[in-house]
Amino acid sequence: MTYAINTKGYYGEFGGAFIPEMLYPNVEYLRNNYLDIINEEGFQKEFRSLLKDYVGRPSPLYFAKRLSAQYKTNIFLKREDLNHTGAHKINNTIGQILLAQRIGKKRIIAETGAGQHGVATATVCALMGIECIVYMGEIDIKRQAPNVARMRMLGAKVVPAKSGSKTLKDATNEAIRDWINHPEETHYIIGSVVGPHPYPDMVAIFQSVISEEMQWQLKEQIGSPNPDMIIACVGGGSNAAGAYFHYLDNTDVRLVAVEAAGLGVDTGESAATSVLGTKGIIHGSRTLLMQTPDGQIVEPYSISAGLDYPGIGPMHAHLIDSGRAEAVSITDKEALDAAFHLTRIEGIIPALETAHAFAALDKIKFSEKDNIVINLSGRGDKDLETYIKYLDQQ
Amino acid sequence: MNRLDRLFQQKQKDILNIYFTAGYPNLEDTEPIILQLEKSGADLIEIGMPYSDPLADGPTIQESGQVALKNGMTLDILFRQISDVRKKSDIPLVLMGYFNQVMQYGEARFFDKCAEVGIDGLILPDLPMDVYEQDYQRMISDPDNNRDLRISFLITPQTSEERIRKTDELSTGFVYMVSRAAITGAKSDIEQQQIDYFNRVNDMKLQSPRLIGFGISSHDTFSTACQYANGAIIGSAFIKALAKGEIKDTVDEFVNMILGNVPTN
Repeated sequence: MTYAINTKGYYGEFGGAFIPEMLYPNVEYLRNNYLDIINEEGFQKEFRSLLKDYVGRPSPLYFAKRLSAQYKTNIFLKREDLNHTGAHKINNTIGQILLAQRIGKKRIIAETGAGQHGVATATVCALMGIECIVYMGEIDIKRQAPNVARMRMLGAKVVPAKSGSKTLKDATNEAIRDWINHPEETHYIIGSVVGPHPYPDMVAIFQSVISEEMQWQLKEQIGSPNPDMIIACVGGGSNAAGAYFHYLDNTDVRLVAVEAAGLGVDTGESAATSVLGTKGIIHGSRTLLMQTPDGQIVEPYSISAGLDYPGIGPMHAHLIDSGRAEAVSITDKEALDAAFHLTRIEGIIPALETAHAFAALDKIKFSEKDNIVINLSGRGDKDLETYIKYLDQQ
Repeated sequence: MNRLDRLFQQKQKDILNIYFTAGYPNLEDTEPIILQLEKSGADLIEIGMPYSDPLADGPTIQESGQVALKNGMTLDILFRQISDVRKKSDIPLVLMGYFNQVMQYGEARFFDKCAEVGIDGLILPDLPMDVYEQDYQRMISDPDNNRDLRISFLITPQTSEERIRKTDELSTGFVYMVSRAAITGAKSDIEQQQIDYFNRVNDMKLQSPRLIGFGISSHDTFSTACQYANGAIIGSAFIKALAKGEIKDTVDEFVNMILGNVPTN
């Protein structure tokens, strides 16, 4: 059995392209050409060179000594927080901006939740001198103000999404509507492994540099390319997809997907899709999503804007549904506590999204011999206001 | 006989298809809207199943859907309303919605219910043609199960000739010609570029009737669209009108405005 995507754009029964006809020509063009473009030698050369000299890759794989001692195991941190712009998101935007240039698009649109993907998109657009419009939920604009400021300084236009829950789901809807209205000149840089095929695969391929590096870094440090377990947080699931990618079919490696439980999975204020979701269609993809029995998509909740999404990417739906990956749900409070814990024990302030992955250490079983990689997907600068407020309440 | 088939046999020109969102402005407005539309001269009615995330729709239809959902509209309520109105009206009725709604209801159960209450056709803009062919084509028109539904697929100015042919082949209701690259409720004059596209499709001599939608909002745009197709579809402009007042008069005034008649009420 393979967990990779099939030729029709499905992971098992999940994936596909459930899109209105207005989007069909662009999506079909990408579907027919994305692999050829990405695999072309000149593309790879430019992509690799930018990842190295502009993003600062490879990102270190750091053995977290004190954290390991405390949990009586071996914990390695894949330091995506050290990338330019502060998260893994830029791996994908570098890839997609090069692709957009090759297919002759002059205008870039993107959606963003926490603002990390918006910043990463605005950054590559500034780098290439291309117009950039970022859709962001009105609520997220308020709770991620530093990233909004960064996008504006980078020259992007930040457009508030005012429909529905005014968060990531609605920002994505608005970006898709923009693409319908401007099909000829625009490329839509989706920030996660969601959306119609080929987006989930395309984003996963660009993010797979994470697991590619992990293989040789682990070989150097522990003598084997394989960890026993990889832990990553999952909203749409792009950092997890990148961290799992080269290990998908290696079932000796446990994959742990950490979702946001919000106030708790039973409270009605949650974003734990694998627990609360059922099979359906969101943003053009058949996957797991939170919805009513009548198929209306439910407004999710999480303190973390990047995990506040009512679906998960089709790759993750398949991994979880088939039992290949284990899902863990972490509440707002558990994530906040984990963020402070990591900061005080290793001197690293993680993004609130990433903090969920660290909280999972208290929920899963492992042995003393295990080598565990946690994908440290982003840094916490953008969340300082939330962190300090929490600190003052203690 | 399927009422859509009957309509297209009887009328080949100036077909007026009006869209409204079920449950808007009030939960129980479905019946009065349908009855008045029929009386005032609409030929065909497209009933929108309100959806939380309607990707192809502009702000007017999005907001009407939000109101309808807040009013408590569900598919079960809608089917009950349609079943009631069928006792009083024989106008062709088409359901429009997003495929997730059909999936959650259960595809076979949904098609059965449509046939049972007297729905004639479906428009599911995010159901891909290849998935339809593989999984649903045989289900929606299945005489053994008393299902005789028609389906309509969309084409846009960007749709390739080959794909337009495919759409024509698979559409059993009509081909829904999206007038421009836009979501619903966009600006409302018809430009030369669109007329070129209408002519291009005309020259292809499709077998299916063609109705033009998106951006049709006035007597002028309706008449222009009707010169290049069998008729036209009006949605957002009608929803906007509905917000204004009492159903009967508003609907009558709107239909007459579109047809260029003096109001009858």
